[in-house]
Amino acid sequence: MEVPVPKEKWTGSIGVMELGKAGGDGSMRLGGNKGLPFLSFEDGTRRKVALAGWMADSLEDVPQPVQDAFGEHIKDPVSWARAWTEQGADMLCIHLTSTNPEEGDAAPQQAAETVMAVLEASGLPLVVYGSGHEEKDAKVMEKVGELAKGHRLLLGQAEEGSYKSVAAAALANGHAVVGFSNLDINLAKQIVILLTDFGVERKDVVIDPLMAALGMGLEYSYSVNERIRISALAGDAMLQVPMICDCTSAWKAREATEDVPHGGDTLERGIWWEATTALAALLSGADILVLGHPEAMDIARHSIKELGGDA
Amino acid sequence: MPTAIEIFKHLPKKNCGECKYPTCLAFAMQLANNKAKLEDCPYLSDAGKSALASSSAPPIRMVRIGTGHNAIDMGDETELYRHDKRFFHPAAFALRVSDDLGDEELAKRIEHARSLRFERVGQVLRMDAVEVEYRSGDPHRFTSFVKKVATDIDWPLVLRCHDPAAMSSAATQVKDGRPLLHGADAGNLKDMAAVAKANGCPLALCADDIGKLADLVEGARKEGVEDLVLDPLPLSMKELLERCTVIRRSAIRKTFRGLGYPIYLSIPAGRDGVLMASTAVMKYGSILAFEDLPAANALPLMVLRQNIYTDPQVPIQVKPDLYPVNNPGPDAPILMTTNFSLTYFTVLSDIEKSKIPAWLQVVDTEGLSVLTAYAAGKLTADSVNNALMASGAKDRSSAGVLVIPGMVARMSVKLNEATGLKVVVGPKESSGLPKFLRSIV
Repeated sequence: MEVPVPKEKWTGSIGVMELGKAGGDGSMRLGGNKGLPFLSFEDGTRRKVALAGWMADSLEDVPQPVQDAFGEHIKDPVSWARAWTEQGADMLCIHLTSTNPEEGDAAPQQAAETVMAVLEASGLPLVVYGSGHEEKDAKVMEKVGELAKGHRLLLGQAEEGSYKSVAAAALANGHAVVGFSNLDINLAKQIVILLTDFGVERKDVVIDPLMAALGMGLEYSYSVNERIRISALAGDAMLQVPMICDCTSAWKAREATEDVPHGGDTLERGIWWEATTALAALLSGADILVLGHPEAMDIARHSIKELGGDA
Repeated sequence: MPTAIEIFKHLPKKNCGECKYPTCLAFAMQLANNKAKLEDCPYLSDAGKSALASSSAPPIRMVRIGTGHNAIDMGDETELYRHDKRFFHPAAFALRVSDDLGDEELAKRIEHARSLRFERVGQVLRMDAVEVEYRSGDPHRFTSFVKKVATDIDWPLVLRCHDPAAMSSAATQVKDGRPLLHGADAGNLKDMAAVAKANGCPLALCADDIGKLADLVEGARKEGVEDLVLDPLPLSMKELLERCTVIRRSAIRKTFRGLGYPIYLSIPAGRDGVLMASTAVMKYGSILAFEDLPAANALPLMVLRQNIYTDPQVPIQVKPDLYPVNNPGPDAPILMTTNFSLTYFTVLSDIEKSKIPAWLQVVDTEGLSVLTAYAAGKLTADSVNNALMASGAKDRSSAGVLVIPGMVARMSVKLNEATGLKVVVGPKESSGLPKFLRSIV
């Protein structure tokens, strides 16, 4: 018998965003989707998901298995960036942890030069975060924004209570901004409203609703992401922006890498821990996945292709 | 499911209370939420009964395989998205064995299935069933092999065999265990349905086209088999996601009974299989039969299943206790937090990050986070002190220091009075813990 395909009737779509140097080899377009992830009967356009390789310019926060996977490369951001390029990353996500005043306290100029060197070496679009130290990050982002003018970076991160400096750094030099919120659809919307009120255009905002890892609250993220995507497709303009999901918190889950009776090889389990987190992000609406381990990225890329998307 | 008002129209409106609800309207509201049964009303007219029974039948039929405490309930789902209410019956995991295995290999496989068992936040994660595949081509061999598996392990069985004669012979031997028969296709439907009917077993229907699946459902019901399971035979993640979504949406959104059944999925070995299984756990699979499931893949898959099937309104809780972090000794301070798993995991990982040895006291707040628990009166000086007493915290840490979340700084004085410990106010956000801990040591 004929069974009609039950399509949802969406009225909205996700905005299109461009990242990277305009006209450059590595520049890319994200978003533009008109239906829930990977349902070709609902949205005929091939879904593009960008795979971002996670890196840092100092080693305090680098999980051991990631250090092992990249070996010597992690000691030099340029070398690490090249290694990610060889692994087929679509973009890079660098945390300028060296600038942390409580650790290395590197100067903003120095960090910005690192960013330029990474851009030069990889030719890939770049997401840039500071060290998480509010005052210092303001100076670092200002410098990074200036020096990398024309490369259209994605600057992180704006959150309620501290978004003006990063928004200003983006506005002044034509970069985009990550709007972060903590596992709540209303807060996700709120940060977009704050940014647009400040003068940032919606086409320059990516939301990060916090991707909690498998076993560490993944179900909250999965549902918040789904709700954000459903609201956006149903017409909520403030949520019609691409979504970035950082899956590297998987390496913080004890169960991912600890010895567990009958838990199998710990490295393989850890890689799957990150890859499973990534798959949950994909099915709930991610447009950019940030991944730490190259093998987890391989699995994520394979997943996107197997689901009929572009990676 | 009809609304409470639609249901109410058919009720006798006597407000007799015999259904245990004070009024007919209250009963109707319970019915609408699947919290009461139609049979609880002794005065419902036959006309009302038949009107409500057909419209209040769950959009996805519940099908049970196995018996006793190991039985698996599949289906009876009401939602497309878990945030709308919840997903009810976690996808069952079955490990496949085939009847060409020797005794030793079989014993190994069964042992492997049993060994994939993990305890996590108070729940046991494990395999649920064994699937026996007919590969020998010898019906006698299949029958005796199925019998052997049934004696070796008391889990529910799935019999995977498309030869009705072999299936009949094997199913008759183990029918009391209520195995799932897999299965029927366009070529054998009549005969397979007869086997299912004769043995009182649920039947899986296989077709790679949604319309053909609905045809099989119609055919099986004509033969008198109602306990059905659908196998849409996906060969890729994309086919799996799309076919399962179409089936679930047709059942829930359109109340199309022809597809209102649980979904069976065969999971191949290797990377693609693991990815298909993960997709199936999130997207509507009811029972997954694994050709193989290596140990390193089992735990992530089972945790994913636990996460997805968590009731969004009932947070996962960790056991209230005193947890050592970074090998603390008696001179390490005590930190305090709630038993909401997400709060606990975040605090735990931030203390680990600091590399400073500490004791983490988890207080039972019924799964509420710090501020919510405080506002609800679940996090009080007394409840903290009781937790410290119960865990023997003050005997294990002699530092005499209790670090509390910055959000509840106002508890300090009362806590100091109740516990006799020096109360130190920690950071408002858990992420501030590494810096904070380094500063107080």
